[in-house]
Amino acid sequence: MSYGTTLDGTRWVFPDLKSLMACASPARSGDELAGIAADSAIERVAAQMALADLPLKVFLAEELIDYETDEVTRLIVDSHDAVAFAPVSHLTVGEFREFLLDSETSAVDLAGLAPGLTPEMAAAVSKLCRIQDLVAVAAKTQVTTGFRNTLGLPGRLSTRLQPNHPTDDSRGIAASLIDGILHGAGDAVIGVNPATDRLEDYIRIVTLLDDIRLTLGAPIQSCCLGHVTTAIEAINRGAPVDLVFQSIAGSEKANRGFGVDLKVLDEAYAAGLALKRGTIGANVMYFETGQGSALSADAHFGVDQQTMEARAYAVARRYRPLLVNTVVGFIGPEYLFNGKEIIRAGLEDHFCGKLLGLPMGCDVCYTNHAEADQDDMDTLLTVLSAAGVTFVIVVPGADDVMLNYQSLAYHDVGFIRRTLKKPGAPEFDAWLRQSGFDSAPGAARPITDAALAPALRYLEGLSA
Amino acid sequence: MTGDDDTPARQPLAPVSGLSGLRRFTPARIALGRPGAALPTKDALTFMHDHARARDAVHVPLDFDALAADLAALGLASVRVASAARDRTEYLRRPDLGRKLAPESRSRLEVLAAERLATPADIIVVAADGLSSLAVAENGPPLIARLMPLFREAGRSLGPIVLVAEGRVAIGDEIGEVLKARIVIMLVGERPGLSAADSLGAYVTYAPHVGRSDAERNCISNIRAAGLPVADAATDICALVDAALNHELTGVALNSALTAAKLIGGS
Repeated sequence: MSYGTTLDGTRWVFPDLKSLMACASPARSGDELAGIAADSAIERVAAQMALADLPLKVFLAEELIDYETDEVTRLIVDSHDAVAFAPVSHLTVGEFREFLLDSETSAVDLAGLAPGLTPEMAAAVSKLCRIQDLVAVAAKTQVTTGFRNTLGLPGRLSTRLQPNHPTDDSRGIAASLIDGILHGAGDAVIGVNPATDRLEDYIRIVTLLDDIRLTLGAPIQSCCLGHVTTAIEAINRGAPVDLVFQSIAGSEKANRGFGVDLKVLDEAYAAGLALKRGTIGANVMYFETGQGSALSADAHFGVDQQTMEARAYAVARRYRPLLVNTVVGFIGPEYLFNGKEIIRAGLEDHFCGKLLGLPMGCDVCYTNHAEADQDDMDTLLTVLSAAGVTFVIVVPGADDVMLNYQSLAYHDVGFIRRTLKKPGAPEFDAWLRQSGFDSAPGAARPITDAALAPALRYLEGLSA
Repeated sequence: MTGDDDTPARQPLAPVSGLSGLRRFTPARIALGRPGAALPTKDALTFMHDHARARDAVHVPLDFDALAADLAALGLASVRVASAARDRTEYLRRPDLGRKLAPESRSRLEVLAAERLATPADIIVVAADGLSSLAVAENGPPLIARLMPLFREAGRSLGPIVLVAEGRVAIGDEIGEVLKARIVIMLVGERPGLSAADSLGAYVTYAPHVGRSDAERNCISNIRAAGLPVADAATDICALVDAALNHELTGVALNSALTAAKLIGGS
């Protein structure tokens, strides 16, 4: 079925739903690389006008990727909740934008709606939103999750402490971890990207993180971001695995590129749940996503990268994750060219994730071959905070020495607490205060001997 | 959130800078000071300096005249070609164009193959700017200088060094195919990080042809003074070339073959 609109006497026709979606997408390098972007600004706005007039129901009738050959499409279609969808089933995409922005539409309404929305509906409406709309709607949503602390409560902003080391050296990881705690980072998760995917390193890293947690007595959770199959094997061997991590994408083929399918994710989820390590909640999964991952795996099927990203959230929500974040500027300038594209994409991803009911965070980041710098990251962090982002990632001095890219800095936790006035998870903040690590609204400047000494002694006892 | 009287009395241990002893465990930027919530001016400027170096590595064009002169000084002929990406912006936006030769460059290599390489060379070494011109300028000639005597000793024939502007790894496949090389060694500037803007990567591909996947090549990365020194890299590359010619393959399959050989040898 084709779609079109007449603009200034010119008839614009889009041969199918995916080309309409691609042409309606705000400009970005990845869609241009894929050869699916609008050819002109006028064509883009014509597509946006045609999309605005499209009934939401069309997304239930026309699949962007074939149901028979793609398990992510089957997941989206088969898990759609028609009752939850009913309040908006009569709306067009343009009317849906106004419904979301309406002051009468509450957090409760949005939470109830989430199971009735497909990723394609969320992506479609985001294409009609300015940044202010993306912020205003996301700020109304509330998604709360828990493991050893509570994440996503209104007015709070948590952080993942990312103490990576180029060779996974235990003392190097521990040193970065302790420095991050001194900044008050880590309530979302202490998460290490391992340099290798070897089982013995995975087990060593989760054991290290758990030992430090117990030494500190902190209400936090940890994660080694190895492959799910490694996590399953580590769990089988009795390793202290808090969160099970996996990178995911929006098509079956793209997920196969990551070495996973729904079956293995189901298995990993069951293994994580069975450990019952969460004390106040049972959200045990952690996912990362990012625009461009499907295209880079040649697994996008002509669908624009932002819609592919939203489809990954359908995979994520099946597993009631504790945390999900887009690694927005990590994938490279061929997908998001500059600070402007990265900032917009980060806010789109957060908006779509929250609409679909996910505890959405963001790795506010860029690589050195993108036209971006730390100024862009400051802007994205500040706007994401206004949008109510669940968590952001922080690394020492904004420089990840293992993955060779720039994210936010430990120091930004102080900015979040003092200037943006967002405290962290309540249990974590209480622990910081009780332990003598200062907390919100100031950064953890004064440190007491008693609080830090055990962790330092632990570090001194580690071998390289 | 602050100042509740129930918390234990705070006894400042030391300012955060007193934790600088932790720095010996990691190259990460830890134990930095904190005016308010921000970085000290000195550390903020250090970060900007490192970022500037990385940006320049990506954007300052490789001086191909100087590179060719360096190679000529080693007694090596070189030939200059370009990828289909016309400039740096197109190179960054269109990875596909950086993986194939511009038509006139392909023609030049075809003429070269017909006129001067009647007997194809065993090895073609290609040097491309990639994402760090700095890496190629600094590490390319010294690495090639180390490789030459090793190849001569092993009795390998070598074609002219091919220098590529706006090139990515896979362009070596097309170059190797046109020049009918048994092995192509692709030297390319790696994506710069803040701590290292001068890392060179070396990719070894057996029987190069258009369409080879990354799984069909072997990579030696982080070649730079403070990483893998050129002398060690040259030894590693030669060992890879020997193994590749011996097993007639590269990549994951070569790794498997070598592992299997080791197992058999050890039993």
